[in-house]
Amino acid sequence: MTETTSSIQVALYVTCLVDVMRPSVGFAAIKLLQNAGCDVIVPKQQTCCGQPGYNSGDEVAAKALAQQVIETFESYDYVVAPSGSCAGMIKDHYPKLFSKDAEWHSRALALAKNTHELTSFLVDELGVQTLDAHFEGSVCYHDSCAGLRELNVKAQPRQLLSSVKGLSLQEMKGEEECCGFGGLFCVKYSDISNTMVSRKLDNIERSGADTLLAGDLGCLLNMAGKMTREGSTVKARHVAEVLAGMTDLPAIGEGEG
Amino acid sequence: MSSSCSSFKQNAAVAIHDPKLQGALGKLGDGLQARRAAAVGQLPEFDALRNDAQRIKRQVMADLDCYLEQFESKVLEQGGQVHWASTADDARNAVLDICQKVGAKTVTKGKSMVTEELELNNFLADNGIEPVETDLGEYILQLRKEAPSHIVVPAVHLQQDDIAKTFVKSHAQLDPSRDLTEPERLVGEAREALRERFFAADVGITGANYMVAETGSTVIVTNEGNGDLTQTLPKVHVVVTTIERVIPTLEDLSTFLRLLPRSATGQEATAYVTLSSGPKREDDWHGPQEFHVVILDGGRSELLGSENQDVLNCIRCGACMNHCPVYGAVGGHAYGWVYPGPIGSALTPALIGVEKSSALPNASTFCGRCVEVCPVKIPLTDIMRRWRVEEQTKKLTSPFQRAGLSAWAWLATRPGLYQALTGLTAWGMKVVGRRRGGLTRLPFASGWTQYRNFPTPEGKTFHAQMKQKAKTKANLGVRYE
Repeated sequence: MTETTSSIQVALYVTCLVDVMRPSVGFAAIKLLQNAGCDVIVPKQQTCCGQPGYNSGDEVAAKALAQQVIETFESYDYVVAPSGSCAGMIKDHYPKLFSKDAEWHSRALALAKNTHELTSFLVDELGVQTLDAHFEGSVCYHDSCAGLRELNVKAQPRQLLSSVKGLSLQEMKGEEECCGFGGLFCVKYSDISNTMVSRKLDNIERSGADTLLAGDLGCLLNMAGKMTREGSTVKARHVAEVLAGMTDLPAIGEGEG
Repeated sequence: MSSSCSSFKQNAAVAIHDPKLQGALGKLGDGLQARRAAAVGQLPEFDALRNDAQRIKRQVMADLDCYLEQFESKVLEQGGQVHWASTADDARNAVLDICQKVGAKTVTKGKSMVTEELELNNFLADNGIEPVETDLGEYILQLRKEAPSHIVVPAVHLQQDDIAKTFVKSHAQLDPSRDLTEPERLVGEAREALRERFFAADVGITGANYMVAETGSTVIVTNEGNGDLTQTLPKVHVVVTTIERVIPTLEDLSTFLRLLPRSATGQEATAYVTLSSGPKREDDWHGPQEFHVVILDGGRSELLGSENQDVLNCIRCGACMNHCPVYGAVGGHAYGWVYPGPIGSALTPALIGVEKSSALPNASTFCGRCVEVCPVKIPLTDIMRRWRVEEQTKKLTSPFQRAGLSAWAWLATRPGLYQALTGLTAWGMKVVGRRRGGLTRLPFASGWTQYRNFPTPEGKTFHAQMKQKAKTKANLGVRYE
């Protein structure tokens, strides 16, 4: 599907965490978008969406990065990110960030309208119902907070996962509860964050699933880091890896032996 | 009330390592959360009611002075008195004055968070008047000399055996070996102990969930019946409340009465909803001879017209704290002032200053569950974020954090340099952590590695790979531009 004549032009916002920590998620996103008939573009000038500064009260830093993202992405039909958190930042928070600046506010609103999280874009915008993928195992799915509450990402990843052959979904208790990541929160309030991720891990283990999936790498790094520290046998992967059938590489936080 | 908000981190660390507290907090999920979910699930128009409630509250705040004056004139018309208090001191003195005029020796109290804000119990005791808490939870806490840890279920941090121990110690006239293993026995014992106090009290003090402007009524929404005994038996009833609790009409009250119990405890309705409209009239059977309403501002009017005004819309249901994972980890006392949980983190900086409470708005992952369940749709996370902006502007945050964020923004607005450096970082971490899959120590991020491994990056960054693919024309059909 690499040769496409489709006119659905999608710029991939890969996110800084995927870029550095798990580039395979970016390639999985490209594959999923191309298979759905999209013409994928990766703008070179992209870095961070500005969320660390925004959530820490540094609006100067946040605005500088938000303006860069707006300038880099506003000319494309759609912007898609394999992250509810970064997509939510653009969609929900950029317009608020520029609420007192008419020009940037309207540019932020225009970009917000075209920006989507990956699985919800595939299902809600492109109408993808099923995928041709195979994954042998039982999975549980963690609903990352920003995707769930800012973008209503809940049914879409499950809809796509239900078409993956060999996969069974075993929901955990408290699947909508925060894992305790919260960006700088997990470092600044490490005791509380640890309590939260420990409770999450209990629920993951009790689900009986052998793989944990989620749509945000921040949460996944937090939960995978806790699982490997505690010697859990549950593996952590980004949902895009499974949906794209790209699960050959070691799970997040898993060594090469 | 004096605060220990600045010790939030230390308070939290103690709370996290208190197994009894953790046991008590662990019940929130299957208890209050599940009950709310069930009650809300049975009311299809719940979300529409939330919108109505938000609209009513915003309408009130836009014309707050008018509604308060309307309320006052109705109270006066019905023979009651209104006392305006701009500060906690004013409110305390107003209450004391009322008590002293009738020579009060003891006062009974219904549950009231505002009187916690005033530290009224200590103040009355210092002036020779004995306060007696009559809400079961508050009564237990008074015996234990503790503050409430929740605005609706004040003793939620305690387990049943804690309460039994307290009763054995405090009710010393009873047989210490009596059976207190059943909750009913604890309730029965408290009821016995309180009965005499109700009859002996000279003044009864309650809070108010609402003040209804059109009728001059104060309203309490309760389950135990202690509020009614507190306000009808003594000769004087004092309502202590705050300016933002006024609502326009009884019709509006019905909206809030559908939202509040469902949000708070998952009940369709509480056992009692009591409206007080002035003192006893000639043909009334019961009621106080005097009816006073003490209305505190306490810094709230400063919020009017500000971006954070919506925090005044709170109806004190406690749903935000019941659903907050941070509250669920540390409990209410860690927050260090009257109002814990997300509403506390949004409101406290406005009332005691962000300088004294800067830890609170930061102690959130912004997971948004509080906003999701708030019956009046207060944008709690946006408000907490704005406090963070104020802290940043006033340089209350650590210089290390400020410098770090500036440096990050500087670097990330230079994509070429950024990608070179991130490429090196990813490669370096990969080399160190390849075999184990994660790092167990990281400079500047011990908060992370103290409790978890830091997963190793795959190796080459996404951008480095894209660049390489573009050069070799193995570009996957992707434009890298």
